[in-house]
Amino acid sequence: MNLFNFLGRRATAPVARERLQILLAHERKSACDPDLIAILHKEVLNAVSKHIAIDPDRVDVSMHRRDMISVLEIDITLEPGVADEKFRQRFASA
Amino acid sequence: MSKIIVVTSGKGGVGKTTTTASLGAALALQGHKVAVVDFDVGLRNLDLVMGAERRVVFDLINVAQGDAKLHQALIRDKRLPNLFLLPASQTRDKDALTEEGVAQVIGQLRTRFDWVICDSPAGIERGATLAMRFADAAVVVANPEISSVRDSDRIIGLLDAKTFQAEKGGRMEKHLLLTRYDPGRVARGEMLSVEDVLEILSIPLLGIVPDNEEVLRASNIGSPVVLHNAACAPARAYLDAALRLCGEDVPMSIPSDQKSLFRKLFGRRAA
Repeated sequence: MNLFNFLGRRATAPVARERLQILLAHERKSACDPDLIAILHKEVLNAVSKHIAIDPDRVDVSMHRRDMISVLEIDITLEPGVADEKFRQRFASA
Repeated sequence: MSKIIVVTSGKGGVGKTTTTASLGAALALQGHKVAVVDFDVGLRNLDLVMGAERRVVFDLINVAQGDAKLHQALIRDKRLPNLFLLPASQTRDKDALTEEGVAQVIGQLRTRFDWVICDSPAGIERGATLAMRFADAAVVVANPEISSVRDSDRIIGLLDAKTFQAEKGGRMEKHLLLTRYDPGRVARGEMLSVEDVLEILSIPLLGIVPDNEEVLRASNIGSPVVLHNAACAPARAYLDAALRLCGEDVPMSIPSDQKSLFRKLFGRRAA
């Protein structure tokens, strides 16, 4: 607790800072061409679906901008057990 | 070697025009040949802040469309012989500005000046994107306030995507200039600090311009603050920022005016 809280006036700058950080983390994800993200999402989904059954809602494509680099992040969550099953199939056919 | 700088912010009213005028004047004081260019077609104000509003004959669009020669449109500053203004058009539509036209004008300016400072309009529309299009470096002006920081973040994204420099695979040089800064309010936890803004935007800091009444006094009389009162805190901030733009290593500080008790008590004087 700092002096100003003690005096009954709450510091508002930390609130501003936190709100901005949350908002910008979200906005930067869609900072690039939104069409590009949609196209990538669709094509990645198509490519992976040929081999593994995946839920379209569990494919997350995003692009982040940082100081020196940009990151393209593709996050696909599989159903429980899918990976095991695929592994077993491969093992059996080998 | 000439360098094209865009002064941009996204949000309006944060101090782009004040900054353009003062950085331009500060660089000219160092002996460089400088042109300040107003890209705010339809809402020009750089002429007013520079005190040249009654001397405008031709403008950026006249030159871009070939209706006037560059030398006919450039207005030489009355205080500094190596400082020139290229005003925006007040009557034309924003769409009168084309990429080819801007490329042509910037190309000509490059051959004649050491520094070309482009004052971007607010927003992210055509005027703003054309102002940054051919820049070698950007000065992002922000206030320590949430909407300004958010818009600056957006502009940084555009600088990295839509400029000629970025499109040819280069890295756009970006500098943050924090204006209207009040160290007292920061200390009381009422205002985002330099560190907060730097952490969020993560581009290098060019300077911190304190919130100060001299800025308004200077614009009232049509003078860049560095020429109006070189000793005041914002002027010193701009003079240091200009040195840093030239690559000089100037220690970062938040200039302040030392007011005597007398000035504090009877400090209200007419400009």
